[in-house]
Amino acid sequence: MSRKITCHIERCLGCHTCELACAIAHSTVAAARPRGGEANADPDLAVAIAAAGEKPGYRIHVEHFGPQAIPLSCQHCEEAACVLACPTGAVHRNASGKPVLVEEERCIGCSMCVQACPFGVMAMRPGGKVAFKCDLCIARLAKNLPPACVSSCPTHALAVEDEARDNKQKRQAAVQRLMAAQTAGSAEVR
Amino acid sequence: MARELKYADKATQAMIKRAAEENIQTVWDRWDAQQPQCGFGTLGLCCRHCSMGPCRIDPFGNGPAVGVCGATADTIAARHLVRMIAAGAAAHSDHGRDIAHTLLAIGQNPDGDYQIKDVEKLKTIAEQVYGIKTADKDLRQIALEVAHAALHEFGQQEGYLKMAEMAPAPRVKLWKELGIMPRSVDREVVETMHRTHIGVDADYKNVIKQGLRTALADGWGGSMIGTELSDVIFSLPNPLQTRANLGVLKKDWVNVVVHGHEPTLSDIIAIVSKDEELTKKCVAKGAKGINLSGICCTANEIMMRHGIPLAGSYMQQELAIMTGVVDMMVVDVQCVWPGLEKTAKCFHTKLVTTSPKAKMPGFDHVEFHEDKAVVTATQILERAIDNFPNRNGHKEYIPEISQGVVAGFTTESVFKFLGGTYRSTYRPLNDAIISGRLRGAAGVIGCSNPNVEFEEGHLKIVKELLANDVLIVSTGCNSITCAKHGLMTPEAAFQYAGQGLQEICRAVGIPPVLHMGACLDNSRILRVLANIVAEGGLGTDLADLPVAGAAPEWMSEKAVCIGFYFVASGAYTVIGKPLPMMGAPALHKYLTEEIEAETGGKWVFEENPVEAAHKMLRHIDRKRKALKLKPMMYPQPFKPEE
Repeated sequence: MSRKITCHIERCLGCHTCELACAIAHSTVAAARPRGGEANADPDLAVAIAAAGEKPGYRIHVEHFGPQAIPLSCQHCEEAACVLACPTGAVHRNASGKPVLVEEERCIGCSMCVQACPFGVMAMRPGGKVAFKCDLCIARLAKNLPPACVSSCPTHALAVEDEARDNKQKRQAAVQRLMAAQTAGSAEVR
Repeated sequence: MARELKYADKATQAMIKRAAEENIQTVWDRWDAQQPQCGFGTLGLCCRHCSMGPCRIDPFGNGPAVGVCGATADTIAARHLVRMIAAGAAAHSDHGRDIAHTLLAIGQNPDGDYQIKDVEKLKTIAEQVYGIKTADKDLRQIALEVAHAALHEFGQQEGYLKMAEMAPAPRVKLWKELGIMPRSVDREVVETMHRTHIGVDADYKNVIKQGLRTALADGWGGSMIGTELSDVIFSLPNPLQTRANLGVLKKDWVNVVVHGHEPTLSDIIAIVSKDEELTKKCVAKGAKGINLSGICCTANEIMMRHGIPLAGSYMQQELAIMTGVVDMMVVDVQCVWPGLEKTAKCFHTKLVTTSPKAKMPGFDHVEFHEDKAVVTATQILERAIDNFPNRNGHKEYIPEISQGVVAGFTTESVFKFLGGTYRSTYRPLNDAIISGRLRGAAGVIGCSNPNVEFEEGHLKIVKELLANDVLIVSTGCNSITCAKHGLMTPEAAFQYAGQGLQEICRAVGIPPVLHMGACLDNSRILRVLANIVAEGGLGTDLADLPVAGAAPEWMSEKAVCIGFYFVASGAYTVIGKPLPMMGAPALHKYLTEEIEAETGGKWVFEENPVEAAHKMLRHIDRKRKALKLKPMMYPQPFKPEE
């Protein structure tokens, strides 16, 4: 089953916390102090921004439309344009429903994937030569932790999509609306 | 989810467990609910000073590097920081102003509820600070003149603060050269607000300069006026014995807990609570009498003057209510959580605000004014007594845990001890440092904060310093932590102190950690340092002294202000979690490195408390070396550098 990051945009306040969390989770700070001493915790923000080496960049971007802020990251499309465009197979997915990833050793930096992506969330690594995108925090998922952007969101606007669960909820809501409409309709007839 | 709080005292551990069982929300739950806290705010990269914003600087360099007005990370963080200083200075100094007003009231109405308790100190302040002749003047006249002179310091338009002129001469000269000698208390706060308005001061060093001056206007101004005049009105504390922790609450008594900061009301409550009429009323309601105790710095104030026991520190304000035996909590200003209302709703506890400056939803308000002090205090206590029968027996739970404590040291009294009753002098202290019996002295102060392990930082720093022969002076909520954990007893010296410090504690009979009062009373520490310099043999300026300061669990804007007035006074100042400015690289370098060349002091951020203590010891060693003091008399666990 495919996993995606979804956004309840009505809850997004545009605080950019997801961007920071994304950068921390992908920062080069190996020796960073764990926050609060928890084993699986992310490095401290102050340490991450001061760390030497490659800057982590953001794999999620808070865009806006009028006053409404909307976080955008890779949709991990099933028929992914970036995968199709890649001449070397660097941009790939291991199996249907798995996240789209970049195998950096194979990437030649042609940026065809960047041009192909319809969402504008495929980029070149800042200061680097390879393709750069959301990896759905697979390292965190392996530890049973949600992606960094999701767990950092103060208003829970971001969530990991669970197609079956979410659709069930939507169908339930739709059914309730239908029933309400029907009840109202039959009352009118009488 | 209950926290473990593994470094906390046993009473707190018991109460936090109880909170989880009873499903009562605590400060730790509310802190958890706030996670993740905004990274921009934490790094000092958010500016809300005008409505072109709010603006944020991207700390990873992917997004905007300046705000709408063009302010950089350093400018934004510096402006925010000095506004914190202004708020802290305003809080402490406004407290000081109220004390000065109380002195004025005494001068105007000698038959009022307050009296001059320390005539000597009043005369000393009159003569030495304000140049007011006291010979042949009656007390009332002196009180009036000192009160007017002190109040004048807040709003004067010319000259410098008289209190600040009491610092060692080289320090005053340096402040004037640096342009940070405070001119008046209120003016510096106002100027800080002006300079941080949109489009005024954008040079971060110049912004910080005004911050330093504002902090000095508090430490060597408003706060110092507050401390000194409190001693005059409420008496100069003298070392006394009492107890600390929630176990001081008593089942069969009407428990009244005072919480907040100013002693004006709590001191009167302390006196009125012993009134026989009120005791009779208690008996009529089935109680044995009024049992008064304190939380936070109000507790420090009345403990050191009246021996009233400490119920707990800042972090225990809800826990006290959760005992179910607090019939009333009386609060005034600063560090009082509005969240207390929710806790109190689970019990019978009545909450009462008393200051016109601080009302809270769900609290009763009984406004306190100096001219009706006794009447108001009596009214409040009567309400508490009336509430005693409303207790809900099965909800009562008092952790039977409290600790003996010796408290109430002051600039004056510490060294009466050291020098003996007849020869009050700092000589023995200076000699102990010069001869290497003491490595130095440290002020460990400040709040507690749910963002770190409760009490770990306070205890580990203090114990590590004691083991290395550093005498500790303590104020605020650090002193409450030290009191609860038995560090403020003379016996603690034998358990924790190095051999040199042990010898001193044994000879003089003092605890190795000296309780010097509330957070307002950090100005006492400044005076102690000034007196050590004046005694001679340890350099000519505050920055020469082998001393350091720490606030490992700081939380409030007052703490930021205190830190800055210590840095401005030449002190090496360590805190745990950094100031909100880590996203501003140039400002960070300035405050933690370059500023030392200007004021002699600097900021140090160190979250590991033992490492923090070691950094303080290294600083103390550097100062000892510069003064060419003798090597340490006894072996040190953390060896001085060769």
